[in-house]
Amino acid sequence: MTHQRLHSVELTELQDKLARAQGKQYWRSLDELAETPEFVEYLHREFPEQASEMNDPVSRRRFLQLMGASIALAGATACNGQAVEKIVPYVRQPENMIPGRPLYYATGFSLGGYAIGALAESHMGRPTKLEGNPEHPASLGSSNSYLQASILDLYDPDRSQVVLNNGRIATWEGFIAALGTELATLEASGNGSRLRILTQTVTSPTQIDLIEAVQARLPGAQWHQWEPINRDAVRAGAVAAFGEPVDTRYDFSRASVVLSLDADIYADLPGSIRYTRDFADRRRVRDDDRNMARLYSVESTPTITGASADHRWRVRASDVEAVARVVAASLGVAGLEGSGQLPDGVDAEVVDALTADLRAHAGTSLVVPGEGQPPAVHALAHAINAHLGNVGETVVHSEPVAPQPQSQAASLEALVEDMRADAVGMLVVIGGNPVYDAPADLDFAGALDAVGTRVHMGLHANETSELCHWHVPENHFLESWGDARAYDGTVTLVQPLIEPLYLGHTALELTAIMAGAAETEGRAVLESAWRDRWAAGEIEVDLGPTFDKAWRRILHDGLVPGTAYPARPTALVGGWDLGATVNSGGMEVIFRVDPTVYDGRFANNGWLQETPKPLTKLTWDNAALVSPATAERLGVANEDVVELTYDGRSVRAPIWVLPGQPDESVTLPLGYGRTRTGRVGTGTGFNAYTLRTSDALAFATGLDVAPTGRRYQLASTQMHHSMEGRDIVRVGDFHEFESTGGIQHPHTHVPGPEESLFPPYEYNGHSWGMSIDLNVCIGCTGCVTACQAENNVPVVGKTEVANGREMHWIRVDRYWSGGVENPETVFQPVACMHCDNAPCEVVCPVAATVHGSEGLNEMVYNRCVGTRYCANNCPYKVRRFNFLDYTDYDDAPMMKLLHNPDVTVRSRGVMEKCTYCVQRINVARQDAKVDGREMVDGDVVTACQQACPAQAITFGDLNDPDSAIAAAREEPLHYGLLEELGTRPRTNYMARLRNANTTLNPPVERSDSEVEHD
Amino acid sequence: MSQIFHPSTNTLARLSIFGAVFAAAALAFAAGIFARSSVATGVGVAVRQEVPFSHKHHVEGLGLDCRYCHTGVEESSFAGIPPTATCMNCHSQIWVDSPMLEPVRESFRTGDSLEWVRVHDLADFVYFNHSVHVAKGVGCSTCHGQVDEMPLMWKENSLYMEWCLDCHRQPEKFVRPRDEVFNMDWETPPNQLELGRHLVEQYDIENLLSCSTCHR
Repeated sequence: MTHQRLHSVELTELQDKLARAQGKQYWRSLDELAETPEFVEYLHREFPEQASEMNDPVSRRRFLQLMGASIALAGATACNGQAVEKIVPYVRQPENMIPGRPLYYATGFSLGGYAIGALAESHMGRPTKLEGNPEHPASLGSSNSYLQASILDLYDPDRSQVVLNNGRIATWEGFIAALGTELATLEASGNGSRLRILTQTVTSPTQIDLIEAVQARLPGAQWHQWEPINRDAVRAGAVAAFGEPVDTRYDFSRASVVLSLDADIYADLPGSIRYTRDFADRRRVRDDDRNMARLYSVESTPTITGASADHRWRVRASDVEAVARVVAASLGVAGLEGSGQLPDGVDAEVVDALTADLRAHAGTSLVVPGEGQPPAVHALAHAINAHLGNVGETVVHSEPVAPQPQSQAASLEALVEDMRADAVGMLVVIGGNPVYDAPADLDFAGALDAVGTRVHMGLHANETSELCHWHVPENHFLESWGDARAYDGTVTLVQPLIEPLYLGHTALELTAIMAGAAETEGRAVLESAWRDRWAAGEIEVDLGPTFDKAWRRILHDGLVPGTAYPARPTALVGGWDLGATVNSGGMEVIFRVDPTVYDGRFANNGWLQETPKPLTKLTWDNAALVSPATAERLGVANEDVVELTYDGRSVRAPIWVLPGQPDESVTLPLGYGRTRTGRVGTGTGFNAYTLRTSDALAFATGLDVAPTGRRYQLASTQMHHSMEGRDIVRVGDFHEFESTGGIQHPHTHVPGPEESLFPPYEYNGHSWGMSIDLNVCIGCTGCVTACQAENNVPVVGKTEVANGREMHWIRVDRYWSGGVENPETVFQPVACMHCDNAPCEVVCPVAATVHGSEGLNEMVYNRCVGTRYCANNCPYKVRRFNFLDYTDYDDAPMMKLLHNPDVTVRSRGVMEKCTYCVQRINVARQDAKVDGREMVDGDVVTACQQACPAQAITFGDLNDPDSAIAAAREEPLHYGLLEELGTRPRTNYMARLRNANTTLNPPVERSDSEVEHD
Repeated sequence: MSQIFHPSTNTLARLSIFGAVFAAAALAFAAGIFARSSVATGVGVAVRQEVPFSHKHHVEGLGLDCRYCHTGVEESSFAGIPPTATCMNCHSQIWVDSPMLEPVRESFRTGDSLEWVRVHDLADFVYFNHSVHVAKGVGCSTCHGQVDEMPLMWKENSLYMEWCLDCHRQPEKFVRPRDEVFNMDWETPPNQLELGRHLVEQYDIENLLSCSTCHR
């Protein structure tokens, strides 16, 4: 049973149940709370029903035949020698290349136009893993799921491989010739006003120069930009507030009190990775550092930011402005045009407490408006930040990173109008997929018909290329030379790790050819552009006496030092307030970027498709998210298909009931329902762009929802691996910790080693351990994808996930507590605990899982015979079984290149689980030994630890008294998961704290008698 | 009714039961012998290569150091097979017309790699690191035998796990001073145990016997 049904669960009954409960109750799903028979049955099964039954249509007779034959041959297989293996050395070995050792290169990954510095690991010319670049301001060495998974796209067998002309295979040369002829015609017949270039958001200085060069050649040519998740509202808000389109970035390292106005600070902003790192530093609590910044969140869709917040209020997206307005008025911000009325869910006391807190922290407070909120909210946030004196402290204004002469929506609309008016002779679409993601009312696909020549360049042949005369494959960023700016303006270099796998080219090359530039080869284009800038003195930092020296430094560091935009003074202009918006009633629809497939560009990425979305834990699909009350009113439950109609357009979508969603508001994640992307993404989910119109890019009211009576199965990992309501996630009150140095938690008896029948192990050398700080963990699932990339963890597909067979070695559990309307949310990453008294070890009949001399619980794949006793006996449910041969890539041989050569690729019938990245431990040990030194703290960094943007994971040697992990073990907040079982886990947690505003949450004495203070 | 079975059948039955036990044991013993024979392990069987490269000639005859070709042995898990360019350092000057070396020249001309048959082929689930063994005083010849006496390359040891463990359990029996690691003529001295114990202490050699030392 993997699907939730709310039919048999009455909301009022649930609420009663919660009210009756003693102490704090954590629940993972509505079924758990209601204790439906399906859930109870689910709990008592180790693996889901039928998980181990053969699904293949093999008859019993045939099965016995095969079994007989295989037994007869079983002895014979051992007689075969190993297959002959060849060693194929280089003819001329590249300098610095030592076969067997990886090399690391700095490069850059861009999302929505904004770059994140990356370090790519290369094994003999084969990139296998991406990490954040520690030198890069947007990363500081951390990453997120998108960055981690982007390497999978490089090897995606469904990527566009050849130039297509009207759907037939053509050549790049043929395309260049045709393009030249077209451009010459355009040039001859006027100033080229019939040429249009449509790109995504471009921040690349070289690309911008080249497009300007095209415009210099053809002065009438126009450049449009369209990114479905764009920053139009941010820009318009800045123009309203300051009269100029300044960019706003934040310095969370100085923030003490933060108010998010529907902003997903941890995920949706161009600087999110850096912000997460900085803010985690402000929220991390230690015994000797009892300071914790406070986060308030007013949000319209449950996000990881709201889940981490100390106070969260759910309001409809259209009501956020009213809240912002009342807060501004209450703070005494001058220049307000209208007053707002507080929506349901936020009352006057809340605003009073909130504004008092903001005022008390003037200069160290911060108000962050959501990317999807209208310009008025951004202007309000600017005014509040200015009023509180935060500008120059926690808020930095600068020149815009992405040059936008006009809003992207307006730009696209103008383009479509021109296309319809037959004013466009040639349209060159560089990247993106406007046919799929342009506002529905523009009917981009229909308007495209009127364009004489249509060219599309992209990583995949997609919905747009299908309607274009020419499609040119674009190189993946790991095959490209390029540059892009980060959130603060830092120019980030993109350098290739590998020759293009297919016959692709880069956007820079295409634009250079269109501009008639002297250099048209990727590297030469980029290098000559920077040579010119260096010669012109545009690089302010001294990088060396010659350009070659400077260039080497730039490539090595992956960025151009000193290119971050400096802070710029700003002043509010009169009439900055755009006036109060009047909300029309009715059901609200909210369009949100999907936390895994983004705007749809990662639809064919199996890792991202299978990464459970942080809040819903859905995989492989999107769903219409509604609150429990709204679901009850509509008479629908999870997986019921409804027909959503907005402005005359409709789409069918399955329902997912999400506690914390505002009532009468439906959130539709974008990015699904792709019709042409590849074998992974085509046909997953529903296309929310169908309803998204120019006047409702973020949200709108007037949605109709009609049940259809149909059902659609969704694959959620939400109820897998349940832990039966023990003291699993420990949440405490920060104020209590501040004064007493401890928190209350249910009393449990933790058996010591002497209480076990098994003799304790002795660790004379290293003794590895991990600590996960739940107080800073944001639940973003970056660790899940990083682990998948590092450890060759396979993708199993939707059906298998629905069967409970997902293979992730680390999962992020999401627990709710409190009422179903607006519960508190906590996340807990769970991987193998490497218990000292591991229950799995003693039940393995073939000693395939054994205890290592340094405390690791080791999995020996070549011994494993697949009894699955170990998984059965694991209280943490972290063991994963290869039910099928998930790594058989015969139809996609390119995928084999992706494997980490330091980790065994597991085959069918083998159990696997987290190894504490033992390959990294071994390499670090060997390096230390070769250097003749002892290993030091920090030599071993696990993949999840390295990726974590919040730096919530600590790993190291418990036997080293000076190590960070040993210090973490001394912290009063640390505890072991299910320690009462006597497993003595090596992975420990630090309790989550809630830094509530005492005015809003007066401390309550616990009624529980069985609480313990430590 | 007469007896169906003659009394001697009892003896036969006992004999066959007794024999079956012995037969099974003998079969297991034979399998063990076979698994350790050179038919199964390939020990001592010279491997045919595209170019009949002679370590005997290059090492014993010309005195090349192991590291002239196997450049990664001190820094990497993989000792390294030399690129064609390394061969051509000399063979662009000497034996330039030798038909035996035509594949080498062809590789250098065309840019297509030479293909060597792997002689020491560990199972894919085993991770071995050359650099750390070299650094801890495990000589080349300890595992690879006297390569300088091999006209064509063969395996000197089975590379079975029991063979690895012989040394991992008792490294003092095998280690030698670091500066003798590349000495092909090194002979186990009579005081090896004494020397070995001293070196184990001096080089801080651990008995790493966890599964994850090699399997991950």
